[in-house]
Amino acid sequence: MGEFNKPFDAIVVGAGPSGNACAYMMAKEGLNVLQIERGEYAGSKNVQGAILYADALEKIIPEFRDEAPLERHVIEQRMWMMDDKSHSGMHYRSDDFNEEKPNRYTILRAQFDKWFSSKVKEAGALVLYETTVTELVKDLSGKVIGVRTDRQGSPIMANVVILAEGVNGLVGQRSGLRNEVSPDSVALAVKEMHFLPRETIEARFNLSGNEGVVIEAMGTITKGMTGTGFLYTNEESISVGIGCIVSDFAETNVTPNELLEAFKNHPSIKPLLADSECKEYAAHLIPEGGYKAIPQLTGAGWIVVGDAGQFVNAVHREGSNLAMTTGRIAAETVVSLTRKREEMTAANLAEYEKRLGQSFVMKDLKKYKGIPELLHKNKGNFFGTYPKLISSAMQTWFRVDGIDKISKEKAIFRNFRETRTLWGMMGDAFKMVRAWR
Amino acid sequence: MSDVMAAPRAKVEEKLFQNRYLVDAGRPHIKVKPHTTPSASLMSMVTLCPAGCYSQTEGGQVEVAADGCLECGTCRIVTRKTGEVEWNYPRGGFGVLYKFG
Ligand SMILES: Cc1cc2nc3c(=O)[nH]c(=O)nc-3n(C[C@H](O)[C@H](O)[C@H](O)COP(=O)(O)OP(=O)(O)OC[C@H]3O[C@@H](n4cnc5c(N)ncnc54)[C@H](O)[C@@H]3O)c2cc1C
Ligand code: SF4
Repeated sequence: MGEFNKPFDAIVVGAGPSGNACAYMMAKEGLNVLQIERGEYAGSKNVQGAILYADALEKIIPEFRDEAPLERHVIEQRMWMMDDKSHSGMHYRSDDFNEEKPNRYTILRAQFDKWFSSKVKEAGALVLYETTVTELVKDLSGKVIGVRTDRQGSPIMANVVILAEGVNGLVGQRSGLRNEVSPDSVALAVKEMHFLPRETIEARFNLSGNEGVVIEAMGTITKGMTGTGFLYTNEESISVGIGCIVSDFAETNVTPNELLEAFKNHPSIKPLLADSECKEYAAHLIPEGGYKAIPQLTGAGWIVVGDAGQFVNAVHREGSNLAMTTGRIAAETVVSLTRKREEMTAANLAEYEKRLGQSFVMKDLKKYKGIPELLHKNKGNFFGTYPKLISSAMQTWFRVDGIDKISKEKAIFRNFRETRTLWGMMGDAFKMVRAWR
Repeated sequence: MSDVMAAPRAKVEEKLFQNRYLVDAGRPHIKVKPHTTPSASLMSMVTLCPAGCYSQTEGGQVEVAADGCLECGTCRIVTRKTGEVEWNYPRGGFGVLYKFG
């Protein structure tokens, strides 16, 4: 392993979207990059819904549509509020989404990450799979100067280490670069892959060609816990899953598997999955703490990108795009410092945070900084009372049963007031609006 | 909660059969430290682990069999304060291998 004698310009830990974006951009600019991934192949450890937002990837690989393994482009979004037997909600479908360069696609992460990783290698980075980084190597001043792995006996050195190790990033947490993730700022999601012939999917969801539908659901499906369910159409399969905040799970004693089973058997979901064959069951954490949970992002010789930095916008269910964008911005920072022959000091690397502050990443996370706490503190109302009230209001309104409409309106209003005081409801609405702005 | 609780435990094991794993025989990546009485956090893993890896013995202790582990990290986070679980990633290349993710 003579090639490891000379320090690399950069080592990237992890080959998810953040690490791949970062390694690709640096290698393309001619830096000497080593990327280390613990899985047998990139993607073998990774789980996502999964919706890919084109914009973030387009800024890295503009022609990705010609070669990346994409499933369907999304033309319809359904947002469902569910109680035990019903759903109400909002659907938005537009032929405008059948554009030449669609904006959102469904993907399968194991296949997508493998493709992205092949691009990283094409760009000239050295990628080691089946290798787990076990610790960071520091010099006497505390500056990170390399990593140790479970394969190479001696440490591998680099000018800078980019931690793209995901939400469960042990390396950064154990080295004390950031606090341990807390159970109330992460969600545990379980997911299954259900296979069906593509014609069946197209008929069931009213689709043709590569058009796709995504459903996001909330309500009593999470049994009063803060969380959401989802169902996405792929080419020949459906991804279905549900996730809740870990500390909520720990309190309720509902098993994640049972929660998913109940969601799959909900009368609104079951017919969509009928006769499908399940081929995989997966679980993964999602950072949900938002802006307030973002840890220190840089220090002497190191940068954090993606989920390891808690970069997820839970309100809009965006994560992989923030991962790619933070990876790209970290790469731009390192490339510019390397070109100027500047040291990877804490002060110089702080440039990354400055650049992030100007991007949509920080602006969006800041906008919703109050939402995680609001939902968590009022979970009984948002994930129990309101979905039930809305369902019963809808039923009162739509049933034609000889009762006049004025009496129906009064009954609906009374039901709302009796279940949750007017002040309580107005307070929640007010807090929601404030947190949203 | 009886409706959701009705799904039998065995079902999760059936689901795990569909997954691919490369088990690092004799080198489990998760261990529960010896104890007499488990903390509430450790006890909660019996229901919380999405792969059903945790169970309670007749003596009341909690044990883990990590062969079907999905490497989500939940047990590490939940028991971090009590320190009852020793958690590492499997050696490079071992563990769960998602085909779709
Ligand atoms: C169920 C679910 C649904 C989601 N849906 C969406 C969605 O629809 N759209 C969206 O944009 N986002 C979604 N997300 C979020 C998205 O998946 C993440 O934000 C994204 O994967 C983060 O990318 P990352 O590269 O930072 O981390 P990861 O994808 O987790 O990658 C980290 C990589 O590092 C490797 N690694 C970790 N530690 C080590 C080590 N010590 N040594 C070597 N390698 C290591 C891992 O094996 C892994 O490959 C979803 C997440 C989940 C769980
Ligand atoms: S990491 Fe997740 S799947 Fe594995 S034992 Fe812990 S909780 Fe269970």
